[in-house]
Amino acid sequence: MAEADGSSRPFAGLSDVSISEDIPVEGDISMPTISSSQDDGFSTLDEPVKDTVLRDLKAVGNKFVHVLYPKKSKALLRDWDLWGPLLLCVTLALLLQGGSVDSKDDGGPQFAEVFVIIWFGSVIITLNSKLLGGTISFFQSLCVLGYCIMPLTVAMVVCRIVLLGSSGTVSFAVRLVVVSASFGWSTFASTAFLADSQPQNRKALVVYPVFLFYFVIGWMILTFAPAQ
Amino acid sequence: MDNTDELKFQDFEEVSHLLSLDPNATTVAVSGSPASLSGEEDVKLDLTEDEEGLEISKLLGGTPTGGFWTFEYYKSFFNVETVQVMDRVKGSVMPIPGRNFIKHYLRSKPDLYGPFWICVTLVFSVAISGNLSTFLSQVGDQTYHYRPQFHRVTIAAVVIFMYAWLVPLCAWGFLTWRKGAEGQMGGYTFLETVCVYGYSLFIFIPTSLLWIIPLEWLRWLLILVSTVVSGSVLVFTFLPVVRDHTKLTATATLVTILILHSLLAIGCKMYFFQTAVHMTAPQTTTQFMMTTQVTQQEHRQGASLVLPAT
Repeated sequence: MAEADGSSRPFAGLSDVSISEDIPVEGDISMPTISSSQDDGFSTLDEPVKDTVLRDLKAVGNKFVHVLYPKKSKALLRDWDLWGPLLLCVTLALLLQGGSVDSKDDGGPQFAEVFVIIWFGSVIITLNSKLLGGTISFFQSLCVLGYCIMPLTVAMVVCRIVLLGSSGTVSFAVRLVVVSASFGWSTFASTAFLADSQPQNRKALVVYPVFLFYFVIGWMILTFAPAQ
Repeated sequence: MDNTDELKFQDFEEVSHLLSLDPNATTVAVSGSPASLSGEEDVKLDLTEDEEGLEISKLLGGTPTGGFWTFEYYKSFFNVETVQVMDRVKGSVMPIPGRNFIKHYLRSKPDLYGPFWICVTLVFSVAISGNLSTFLSQVGDQTYHYRPQFHRVTIAAVVIFMYAWLVPLCAWGFLTWRKGAEGQMGGYTFLETVCVYGYSLFIFIPTSLLWIIPLEWLRWLLILVSTVVSGSVLVFTFLPVVRDHTKLTATATLVTILILHSLLAIGCKMYFFQTAVHMTAPQTTTQFMMTTQVTQQEHRQGASLVLPAT
C-alpha cells in the first residue's frame, strides 16, 4: 500500500484528521404533512359524538341561512349534503298527510307520491340542466333544489296553523298569499344558485323546469284539504 | 405471387381479378356507394362495441358521439337555445300551409327538450285545470268536500306520455315501411317525428287552462280549434312524405293522424273536465252526503251527538 513516499500521495494529510464527537450536528428533520392529517383523523375519532353531530347540524343550519338570504355564495354549492333536503322532504310529506277522510280514493297525495315527486323531480331537473351543458355537478344540484324547498315547508306549516282556525274563504286567501310568496322565494333562491352554471342563451331553458317543480309542490300545499 | 413476378410489368387484369374476389377491399373508389360500404367496413374493424350505437343512431337520425349508453349521446339532443325553442313553439301554434315544420324549424336539429317538457307541463296543466273545474262546478254545493284528486296526475302522465311516444313510433314505422317498399328517400327520422308530435301538443296547454270556464259550447269550440291547429301542423309536415303514395293510402294516413289527435283532446276533456256532480258510485255518495248533512246539522245546533255507524 505505502510503496511511495507520503508526500507524493494525494490527500496525505487527511489521515491525521479525526472528527471528534464534540462537534454538534444541527439540522431540521421536517416530517411530511401526512402525519398531521392523520393526527386530525384520529382526533375526530376521539371527539365526543355530540361534537360530530353538532358539526353536521351547523353545516345544515348554515345552508338554511343561505337559502333565507340568497346571495351568490359558493358555500351551498361547495359543501353539498343531502341531510337538509331529506329532512325537508320528510317533513313536507308528513305534513301533507292527514288529509280528507276517504283519502284512499280522491284525496291528496300519499307520502310515497310526495317523496317520489320531490326526489324524482329533482333528479330530472338536474339531468336536464346537465344535458343542456351545465357545469354544476349532480349532487350539488340536488342539494340546492332540496334546500330551496324550505320556504315551501314553512308555508305548509303556516297553512296547517291557519287551517286549524277556519277553512273558509279568508283562510284560503291567506293561504294563497303565503304559498305564492314562498313559491316565488323558492324559485328565486334556486335560480340564484343554478342559473350561473349555464351559458346565457339557455338560462330560461333551465329555469322553467325549476319553476314548474316548485309550482307543483306549491299546488300540493295549497290544495291540502283537512279532514272534517 | 412469385418473387420473380414482382419486377415484371404487372397486368392490371390481375388487380381487377383480385378486386372481384374481394369486393370489400379498401380501395380509392370514385363512385359514391362502394366508398360508403367500404367506409362502414373500415369502421367495423375494431369498434365493434359501437356497432349497436351506430345502428341505433341510424334509427334516431342524429349525429351523436359515442354509443347510446353514454351521456354525450343524449347531450346532442339537448343542443338547443332558448330562442330556438321559442321559435319552434311559435311554429307549432301557427301552421302555414306549405311550411313544413320539420324542414323549416327543425332543420335536422331535432331536440328532446321541447317534447319532454311540453308533455310534463301538459300533464300537470290538465290535472290541475280538471281539479279546478270540478271545484268551480260545485262551488255552490254545500255538501261538496274539496278533494285534490291527485291520482289524476298519474293517469294524465301515462296517457300523454304514451301518446307522445307510441304514436310517433307507429307513424314513423309505417312511413319508413312504405318508403322502403317504394324505394324513395326523404322520410323523417324517428326523433324528428317525436319532435313534431311533442311540439304539436303545445296548443293543448292554453286550451286546458281555458277549459276551466264551465261553458260546454266553449269547451267543444276550444277542442275544435286546437285539434284543427295542431292537426294541421302534423298534416303539413307529413304531406310531402305521403304525397308519393297512392291517394287512398295518403288520405288514410292523414285521416288516422287527425283522428288520433282529436281522440286525445276529446278523451282529456271528457275524463278530466266532467261536469257531472256525482263522480263516485251513487250509493257511497248519498251515504257520504247523509253523514255530512247530519254533521252540519249537529254543528249548527251546537250539540255533540254520536255519528251513526256506517
